[in-house]
Amino acid sequence: MIDVLYFAWVRERIGLPRERVETRAGTVAGLVEELRAREDRYAAAFADLSALRVAVDQELADFDAPLDGVHEVAFFPPMTGG
Amino acid sequence: MAIRVQAEPFDLGAEADTFAAAQADAGAIVTFTGVVRDLPGGGLDRMEIEHYPGMTERALGRIAADAMARWDLSDTLIIHRHGAMRAGDLIMMVATAARHRKDAFEAAEFLMDYLKSRAPFWKKEHGAAGGDWVAARDEDEDALERW
Repeated sequence: MIDVLYFAWVRERIGLPRERVETRAGTVAGLVEELRAREDRYAAAFADLSALRVAVDQELADFDAPLDGVHEVAFFPPMTGG
Repeated sequence: MAIRVQAEPFDLGAEADTFAAAQADAGAIVTFTGVVRDLPGGGLDRMEIEHYPGMTERALGRIAADAMARWDLSDTLIIHRHGAMRAGDLIMMVATAARHRKDAFEAAEFLMDYLKSRAPFWKKEHGAAGGDWVAARDEDEDALERW
């Protein structure tokens, strides 16, 4: 089980800020495929991966990052701090 | 090296004074402050800033540590707010202290460039027409290349 977190419009589109997910995926991209297959709201949020960023255990990562031993994966749009 | 992520407003003058007073060896202190900009023509009801608790502090800590390693700095300060703000409110500030001003200026710019696109904050502007997430700008990403 891993914690999956959503921020900004990804959170709004999916309709929740975080959830526990049982996954067999080996990578972030595999997890995205599983989520997309769930419901339309997930498919809509993950329609264009170039518009999304991912963090694995609170570190920015790529979509091909492995999920071995990972506790937390977060999806969000490009950041706009400052 | 202090990092503060908070919902409460901060007092720019008091923060700058406290930071400056603690720098015995510095010959230069630079501060930068980000302010909530109104929408073109006015009409911003509020800006809401969301962040990723935990990752935010880690990302800011790393950015500050990178600046300390790269320039001859005696100290850095980053304060960034989250939650609801109005036009004119202070969003964030950075301060750098160094023996010489070039290090202090460059490090402050470096902190700002990285903070804009590598720290997990997201801004949403609420106006008469509803809310819009502020889109990241290509220039902000490109700005990282100079470092």
